[in-house]
Amino acid sequence: MNSVTDSAPPRAANPPADAPQRMLHFHVLRHDPQDPVSIPHFDVFELEEAPGMTLFIALNVIREQLDPSLAFDFVCRAGICGSCGMVVNGRPGLACRTLTQDLPAEISLAPLPAFELIADLSVNTGKWMRGMSERLETWVHSLGQEVDLARLEARMDPELADRIYELDRCIECGCCVAACGTARMREDFMGAVGLNKIARFALDPRDHRNDEDFYELVGNDDGVFGCMTLLGCHDVCPKQLPLQTQIAFLRRKMVKAGL
Amino acid sequence: MKRMSTAAPVSAARSLRRWPARLDFLQSATGLALGLFMWAHMFFVATILLGNDAMWTVARMFEGYFIFGRPVYGLVAALVATIATLFVVHAALALRKFPASYRQYRTYRDHLKEMRHEDTTLWYWQVVTGFALFFMASVHLYIMLTRPDRIGPFESADRVWTDLMWPLYLVMLFAVEFHGGVGLYRLALKWGWFEGDGSDATGVRRKLRFFKWALTAFFLVLGLLTLAAYMKIGMDHAPFYGQHYVPSAVGATGVTP
Repeated sequence: MNSVTDSAPPRAANPPADAPQRMLHFHVLRHDPQDPVSIPHFDVFELEEAPGMTLFIALNVIREQLDPSLAFDFVCRAGICGSCGMVVNGRPGLACRTLTQDLPAEISLAPLPAFELIADLSVNTGKWMRGMSERLETWVHSLGQEVDLARLEARMDPELADRIYELDRCIECGCCVAACGTARMREDFMGAVGLNKIARFALDPRDHRNDEDFYELVGNDDGVFGCMTLLGCHDVCPKQLPLQTQIAFLRRKMVKAGL
Repeated sequence: MKRMSTAAPVSAARSLRRWPARLDFLQSATGLALGLFMWAHMFFVATILLGNDAMWTVARMFEGYFIFGRPVYGLVAALVATIATLFVVHAALALRKFPASYRQYRTYRDHLKEMRHEDTTLWYWQVVTGFALFFMASVHLYIMLTRPDRIGPFESADRVWTDLMWPLYLVMLFAVEFHGGVGLYRLALKWGWFEGDGSDATGVRRKLRFFKWALTAFFLVLGLLTLAAYMKIGMDHAPFYGQHYVPSAVGATGVTP
């Protein structure tokens, strides 16, 4: 085990580099909730920085060379799957999109709060997202229209398609939820990810729900009226989604529907 | 057999569902009214910096002196009652957002320390100053409501200095300017004002934050100078406590015997 709270951190073998690189210290929160004797603690790993190193690369080096038991998630390595969200020096972000050169030499890594912990840096965002999706019914509702897969879809104005696609870029990484003070205090708050999805379906002409229908879903204190405009979501979103604008848009729309 | 039904439960549920929208709108509307009043109020009291006569004129204006030919204190009391009502409604609605338990409070504090995110931190201080204003603004409003006749260069200065209100006003100045400034800034973001087509929401927010701090600094300086002016007048006027101010156009010395 590489717990090094009091002793020197274990060091990974490094590839040769042209210039001397920084020595990075990764303070990683370790805990396995399935293990009854596991106590949450930080392990420290020392690693020499390499050019273009991301947290994802660093974590893989740590797992390969220092501690194979380290748990963290990744799939795409390109900021598309949303699996590697974690708290980096206090702020949620994607490990694969975070360059170590943008961080100080002391780097703390913790699992995203607000989600069920699987182990170490791995959390079950999927369970939370599915719950949110079912609650908000985040799919196209073609009311009174039979599904006919053979029928061509109605044409859509390219500009509108772009606007919908812009919001559809959400990868459900959970960073916005972890960065939201409201979501942290109130577990039932649906977070920017949920509000953004409603804003997306409200734009979509294939979705036949009207504002009254959307009000039923987000016109409450767990929805858009619970948002206190702290905008941590907007500032940490790895996809730079326009969450500030979308939540304001939804609030105006829902107030009109509700007054 | 006959099946009976009534629409009452459905419409009651529908009405209930509409309240979150109404409450959210009301919280913003009362906050906007109070925030704008706060700035206007500061300009009114700051007229003391232009001289006693200027402040006397503003005070009499609110009493309808220049319309009715005599001060109608009921007008001031009515304005105070309106502001007090807005204040109570706003406070009640804002309470919904307060942390509801120590666990929630602790979670937010820890989150704030970890995130080091300005808007998250500003909200915490908005809650703290809002809580302080429950008490401080209530004292001020009650006095204004019950003694609307005691507003004027000497009357206000006596209250500030001899009646020892300056410590309260000093703390309240910081609390109200911070709370109101952050509140108006957050209102603009919450409703998407000034965002245009939303293509530069982050840039607009940066500018709004700059204006917010600039305005807070301006009103704090103005407020401190104003308070200092009343303290100085109150100090000098302490031996004549209770005497009304007479404008220089009426009384040569400005002090009634």
